[in-house]
Amino acid sequence: MNYETVIGLEVHLQLKTKSKAFCGCSTEFGQEPNTQVCPVCLGFPGSLPVFNQTALDYAIKVALALNCKIQEYTKFDRKNYFYPDLPKNYQISQYDLPLSLAGYLDIELEERQKRIGITRVHMEEDAGKLIHQENFSLVDFNRTGIPLLEIVSEPDISSPEEAHEYLTTLKSVIQYLDVSDCDMEKGSLRCDANISLRPVGAKTLGVKTELKNMNSFKGVKDALAYEIQRQAGLLDSKKTLIQETRLWDAKAAQTLPMRTKEGAKDYRYFPEPDLAPFIIKEDKIAEIKKTIPELPKEKIKRFVKDFGLSEYDAKVLVALKETAQFSEECLKEYRDSNKKPVANWIIGPLAALASNNACEITDLKISAASLVELIELVEKKQVISNLTGKIVLEEMLKTGKGAQKIIEEKNLAQISDSGSLNVIIAEIIKENPKSVADYKTGKANALMFLVGQVMRKSSGKANPKAVQDLLKEKLESV
Amino acid sequence: MSIDKKTVENVAHLARINLDKKELDKISGQLEHILSFIDKLSSLNTDNIAPTSHILPISNVLRKDELRKSLPIAKTLMNAPAKQGNFFVVPKIIE
Ligand SMILES: [Zn+2]
Repeated sequence: MNYETVIGLEVHLQLKTKSKAFCGCSTEFGQEPNTQVCPVCLGFPGSLPVFNQTALDYAIKVALALNCKIQEYTKFDRKNYFYPDLPKNYQISQYDLPLSLAGYLDIELEERQKRIGITRVHMEEDAGKLIHQENFSLVDFNRTGIPLLEIVSEPDISSPEEAHEYLTTLKSVIQYLDVSDCDMEKGSLRCDANISLRPVGAKTLGVKTELKNMNSFKGVKDALAYEIQRQAGLLDSKKTLIQETRLWDAKAAQTLPMRTKEGAKDYRYFPEPDLAPFIIKEDKIAEIKKTIPELPKEKIKRFVKDFGLSEYDAKVLVALKETAQFSEECLKEYRDSNKKPVANWIIGPLAALASNNACEITDLKISAASLVELIELVEKKQVISNLTGKIVLEEMLKTGKGAQKIIEEKNLAQISDSGSLNVIIAEIIKENPKSVADYKTGKANALMFLVGQVMRKSSGKANPKAVQDLLKEKLESV
Repeated sequence: MSIDKKTVENVAHLARINLDKKELDKISGQLEHILSFIDKLSSLNTDNIAPTSHILPISNVLRKDELRKSLPIAKTLMNAPAKQGNFFVVPKIIE
């Protein structure tokens, strides 16, 4: 049977405020256990939470960037459950009056754009961290009370690839907003998925599985792909699916049922009496809207329009905010209407260099101006070949010197003047009568062989294009 | 509105309260009484009244995003029934 996949994603995002959501404890990652806690975040009796202004502003900023409607009246609720990572036995979250509703995020698929609905973006607090030992567990409450956003998508996602693209796009938008580290390894971005299958064309939804424990975007994609196979197999053999939570085991590359108590979850939400509601007026929304920078989608459009780049190139350059800024500087600086070489150099050699150094492009100590100088020397002035250009780039990184200077010092400039080249070409023709004869009888390979010989004799410095032209000319007259 | 013992048992379990049979009978009766009192409110027409989510007429109580001193570790763990190094120790519970 052919099935249609229905996926909804739930993303939890830590906001990078200095202090926690409801107290003045630090949110810094990686500190000694239980050194960033106080009576409020430990839930001691008599302590009172007060919400962090910056957390609210960041939350509104994200909701607006995801095209959500900010609710004028919003409040916190208590979500009640017992678990040792939750010192109050309830999580401060939002239930019936969340911060924002009904947004969307457009994602780029191979041939088209798709709009994924955002059901809601609401505010809550993070729980602590449990470290399970053989017979007991250790609890670190440093993370408890860090402001979190829960971003819930509509079940509009139809494949693991779409899920991956949604997450990548979401992360890129949030990084542009500069409100979260979005680091899955550190847990500042986490993702759970709901997935079900139904026969193509069916109106009702199938039985869904909730997937947890994915530690990377690739993990999300792999877990979803596995789950599609598993559910399709059960449906094909007419077995009943049960609604359950399953954990992704990345090493075994499979999902396993999570051991859980019977019965539906009953969180007994009620309004948090310790926190007064929030009334968010239009002027506040307008003020925050002003702090939202040009987002990736708009930037891609502008790169295509202003610099004549392909959608693909623009998308790669824009994915990271810092790289986008650097790329824009380079594109503006480059004095030619065809900007394609700039994109090629950043996406190709420069990105490779960054990846070899395990850092981002902007962490390399190569300025936009010096990169453009190099690109112009290769592409416009043809002082050096592409290959030599890459060597010069590495030298720039090593020494901090400019491209022109390196070319002079190492005597790397290519030989393009016909005088010097003709001397070498004459020698090569003399030394290779067989290849010359082959060329005369129409063997195309022979020409490339002769070009190669000239290049070798010039220690790679001859301009290959010039060599080819001159060689052809010379061969005609032999 | 009446409340059956099953519901009371469930609520007691959710709140991690142990009730023996005698207590269960007693509490069920009391809850029944409370709920029937609450039921009186249902006779009021509240169609055009927004639900109260907070009893004080205040809103937008916020603080600046500034750090304050956290507790020293000795104080944090002072009342912990079990500890190890900087950690609280709890029974191993798989959700
Ligand atoms: Zn605290």
